[in-house]
Amino acid sequence: MTTGLEHYLLVSGALLSLGILGLLTRRNAVNVLMSIELILNSANINLVAFSRYGAGNVNGQVFAVFVIVVAAAEVAVALAIVLTMYRLRRTPNLDDADILKG
Amino acid sequence: MTAVDYVFWVFAILTVGSAAVVVSARSLIYSAFALLFTFFGVAGLYVLLGADFLAAAQLLIYVGGILVLLLFGVMLTHKIYDLNLRTEKTQLLPGLIIATGLFIIVAAVAFKTQWPQAARLPAPTTHEIGRMFLGEYLLAFEAASVLLLVALIGAAMIVRRKKDA
Repeated sequence: MTTGLEHYLLVSGALLSLGILGLLTRRNAVNVLMSIELILNSANINLVAFSRYGAGNVNGQVFAVFVIVVAAAEVAVALAIVLTMYRLRRTPNLDDADILKG
Repeated sequence: MTAVDYVFWVFAILTVGSAAVVVSARSLIYSAFALLFTFFGVAGLYVLLGADFLAAAQLLIYVGGILVLLLFGVMLTHKIYDLNLRTEKTQLLPGLIIATGLFIIVAAVAFKTQWPQAARLPAPTTHEIGRMFLGEYLLAFEAASVLLLVALIGAAMIVRRKKDA
């Protein structure tokens, strides 16, 4: 059995499911951010795998680079928000982030 | 199975196994360090897929940048002497059902579909990616640079303490 596209898709699907699981079950904001990174990585594996097996050009890899860039920007801003929330509420728990509630 | 297949399974198991630790570990620090191994595994998969530039970028940006940032986040949102750094879980059963169902659907689609097959790419992709950045994807490239600048300034603005506060 040689490794094919579907094996990479399987790994990426597993990463995506684990990321969704973490997103749904964790309450700590930093942990939720880690789960989002897992999901973005799974999308990247998909892009690169299709670029290698499906299209036969590097367009998918260029897209993956853009995903990495957006992930870096996202993590910087999200952590800034988490730190500000921690300063206001003394907790990283997402359930306590209800300051805007009327 | 050839040697490449064995290497693939090693990286696949490393990636998925440490991702499972990220999601299930009770300590935030364990999650963060398991995430390190996930990123390494994904970089290995990139190498196997012939994406050498992307593998290097993965190591530099994810391991060197994002993971360190996340570790800062862990350290700054907990008291330093709080050694156990526990993290709570909610809605475990519905989450498990949704994630398992999603995985089954994705796996079924991956194995049931007839995917098109293309010729193997030439190994060094850096030249080609660079050419596309400054050609076909020039607008997106410039937009990404603006996005990074805005994120940098925005993050600094958000966490800045007011002088009078």
